[in-house]
Amino acid sequence: MKPLEFHAPRSLDEAIGLVAGHAQDVGILSGGTDLIIQYRAGRRQFGHMVDVKHVPELNVLSYDDKTGLRLGAAVCCDQFTDYAPALRHYPGLVEGAELIGSTQIQSRATVGGNVCNGSPAADTICSLIVLGATCVVAGPKGGREVSARDFMTAPGKTALQPGELLVELRVPPRANGKAGRSSDAYLRFIPRNEMDIAVAGAAAALTLAADGTVTAASVAIGAVGPTPIVVEAAGRALIGQKPAGAALDAAAQAAEAAAQPISDVRGPAEFRRHLAGVLTRRAVELAAHRIQNG
Amino acid sequence: MNNGTKRIVTATINGNETSLMVDNRMSLLQALRDVAGMTGTKEGCLTGDCGACSVTMNGRVVDSCLVMAAEADGAEIGTVEGIAHGHALHPLQTQFLQHAALQCGICTPGFLVAAKALLERNANPSEEEIRYWLAGNLCRCTGYRQIVEAVQDAAAELNSAGKQQTAGR
Repeated sequence: MKPLEFHAPRSLDEAIGLVAGHAQDVGILSGGTDLIIQYRAGRRQFGHMVDVKHVPELNVLSYDDKTGLRLGAAVCCDQFTDYAPALRHYPGLVEGAELIGSTQIQSRATVGGNVCNGSPAADTICSLIVLGATCVVAGPKGGREVSARDFMTAPGKTALQPGELLVELRVPPRANGKAGRSSDAYLRFIPRNEMDIAVAGAAAALTLAADGTVTAASVAIGAVGPTPIVVEAAGRALIGQKPAGAALDAAAQAAEAAAQPISDVRGPAEFRRHLAGVLTRRAVELAAHRIQNG
Repeated sequence: MNNGTKRIVTATINGNETSLMVDNRMSLLQALRDVAGMTGTKEGCLTGDCGACSVTMNGRVVDSCLVMAAEADGAEIGTVEGIAHGHALHPLQTQFLQHAALQCGICTPGFLVAAKALLERNANPSEEEIRYWLAGNLCRCTGYRQIVEAVQDAAAELNSAGKQQTAGR
């Protein structure tokens, strides 16, 4: 590896200056649990590493019933998954974040980094998508927002332009009250009990009216395409129905139809397609169960 | 001091303030083993899968292969060398010996660091909690049963010692 300069900026402006100033020659270090592996393997090469963990804006972690969740890009999963408002209002996002790696990885990995790594198998991206999250980006030309569903653009690629960095994720408040009650869930299939990368994953976010009818539904599947896939037809199949029976079957079938998996070392395409349907069904059921028993 | 590609990192390692000259490319694992000469922490996979390199950093257990040495500046680091007090072994260590929870021993430092962190967070973990907490520590020799039982008995020993201390007041 070529000689490395290491920077630990203390302000967002300083961080932007470094990331933009070395735009094609920089690695942004959050938890490092993807970056450092890629760096050691030579898959990422750069002369500058910028540790963003000391930038206050990237460490925000707050919740408000009116504006929802703010999750800084440098907040580690261990901290985030202990955050009571997240557990209460976004349990699926929390369970996705908890699935990343091991205890040791959880101490370092961040949801922000999980998203910026650009893998369609990421355990947080599908939840962020179904929850309608926004990625707040900063760069030399100013700040902008990218919806979570538009953030991953190809395997390993995101909407970040050279010189930009992810600052925080914003997740809107869930409908709770007259509009209905909401919850979400994320499930994935892995060959072992822990540590693996998803062979297939599904996230579902639901809002149920008092009579148990679905008033809002969103489904996204991961690891079965070059990017996470929003299954619009699954959401449509559920709205106005109870999340069971024929409506649930239709949602699962829509997920199978929408999946575009490849066969690779983690599993054949037919199996992953099948899993997309099974996991969608179970994620919808789990989200509904949470609403009914919450 | 940072002259571009090298720097002096000052960390508190096992309670001792320690300054090390590191190359910016180095991992914390390399700095501990090759610069500080603290070879208790082991190299296994270098990809954060095996946990042999586990240390604590600012109160959390991490894979030191996935921490840059430069990040350790100002940090509190705990390694396996800090678990015993002189010749007085920690209950985890005596239980590992008692239960034959090691054979080749290469995974053991990582398991001790991770298990100690568990018991400090949760003094009475269930078997399932122990296994999930230690899922990032791999052992090729023992089959894990002896390790889990050692952790359970160490927890019990620490809890009864705590009760004895309180009772004595």
